[in-house]
Amino acid sequence: MSRKEEKRKRRERMIEENGLIFLDGVSKVYSAGAPALNGITLHVNRGEFVFIVGDSGSGKSTLIKLLLRELTATSGKVWVMGHDIANLPHRKIPKFRRNLGIVFQDFRLLKDRNVYENVAFAQRIIEVPTKDIRRNVPSILATVGLAGKYKAKPKQLSGGEQQRVALARALINKPSILLADEPTGNLDPKNSWEIMMLLEEINASGTTVIVVTHNREIVNAMQKRVVTMKKGIIVSDEEEGEYIDED
Amino acid sequence: MKISTMFYTLRQGIKGIFRNKLFSLASIATISACLFLFGILYAIVMNFQHIVKTAEEGFCVVVFFDNNIEDTRKSEIGDLIRLRTEVADVKYVSASEAWSWYKERYLKGHEEGFPTNPLEHYDNYEVYLKDVSMYDSLVTYLMSVEGVRYVRRSDVVAEALSGGNLLIAYVSLGIIGILLAVSVFLISNTVTIGISVRQEEINIMKYIGATDFFVRAPFVIEGMLIGAVGAGIPLGLIYLLYNKIVLQVGTAFPALSERLSFLPVNGIFDVLTPVSLCIGIGIGFLGSFTTVRKHLKV
Repeated sequence: MSRKEEKRKRRERMIEENGLIFLDGVSKVYSAGAPALNGITLHVNRGEFVFIVGDSGSGKSTLIKLLLRELTATSGKVWVMGHDIANLPHRKIPKFRRNLGIVFQDFRLLKDRNVYENVAFAQRIIEVPTKDIRRNVPSILATVGLAGKYKAKPKQLSGGEQQRVALARALINKPSILLADEPTGNLDPKNSWEIMMLLEEINASGTTVIVVTHNREIVNAMQKRVVTMKKGIIVSDEEEGEYIDED
Repeated sequence: MKISTMFYTLRQGIKGIFRNKLFSLASIATISACLFLFGILYAIVMNFQHIVKTAEEGFCVVVFFDNNIEDTRKSEIGDLIRLRTEVADVKYVSASEAWSWYKERYLKGHEEGFPTNPLEHYDNYEVYLKDVSMYDSLVTYLMSVEGVRYVRRSDVVAEALSGGNLLIAYVSLGIIGILLAVSVFLISNTVTIGISVRQEEINIMKYIGATDFFVRAPFVIEGMLIGAVGAGIPLGLIYLLYNKIVLQVGTAFPALSERLSFLPVNGIFDVLTPVSLCIGIGIGFLGSFTTVRKHLKV
């Protein structure tokens, strides 16, 4: 068995035993102040839909940054898709991130490019042939309900539409995991629900979805796994859970 | 890298210039201004050096022979002089040629009082130097050659030419050095600011999984194109202005233009074009490469 094959099997075994995402006693301390994360342990299995909730300063954003390998843990291990991501060399981070779809509260679209170019960009970076991009982009735009707006610039779209573009961009490379950091934070209730329905559809197709949110109504209505964080620790982790108020 | 990715990168580099028109214009203007000053200074310095060089080429020492030496010895002396490394050219002036020149220059039709050639023993070699700074060693040698009676020379002119040449070289090197340092600073600052305002764009690319190369390449191409355009504009301007200015100097100062010969425009541009383009493109490359690197740690 080749070394590469051996590594792949080891990663598969790791995923089988500990889940697609596995945080083992992870702490993150910034240069000053209390730890943002304090020894948390979390398993997320393939195909799960997980809400991560908690007030500001509870450590949700730090958790997302750790999963994206934007930050590294001060102590403990972070395994994503069988990779110990603290040990990923800088040059391998881009390839690792291509397995993650990421959606932000502020959409983070390239403002000077139209909808088509924003979505196509995710395929450009993995060098998908242009003829395939021309086929894939309209298809994913149709999935998120933006087939007719491919020429529009982000500023010509509503918040909900911009978030759909961000979702299309996150999904076009068929990631194993979709991370959504406050995806409905800038949207009205109607658009928020539409985005959540899209996320549910994406999850139903097999993608693991992790949503960081403050939206109590949505969390309570969707009856998914809810991980509640407070001051850097996980205070509750329940299947079909509810949003727990700090009080 | 796939060919389609290469073309995509190139297209993005070109589009980037238009997406950030203001900073592109600022960068091009800064590069153009700096390289225009550089080009003007270079043209002035090169012309000074050319004028001094022309003066040097016309500068010669004159070697006179002992009376009554054989013509064969005179030829031998000529051969000996030609072998010297300092010598660019040797010209034999016979006694009659010397007299003709003298009559024409000083007597102008009043030579009837000279029935014979008074310069009979003044046939000579005019020795032209490759470089005036070699003057001393050549004169010392010539005076030691058997059969040489006298070497006519001008230490003052030689010193002035040699010193002037050195002074111009040092001053121009100094000014060009300072100007280049200022240019590099100004241009890289402008390029840096232009890229810094696009940090968010770089972050987004990195989050999606773009490699450092994929993020950096369009910026580097953009920087190099801006550098090339920024270098091309002053080159074009100087090219257009140069002949007009030389012509203008000739018209306004006819006495000056008789004595001074300016370099042809190609003489300036043979060096100025590649140097300016290298500076412009090089700074565009380095400025964008190093600035983007700072923002890649996402």
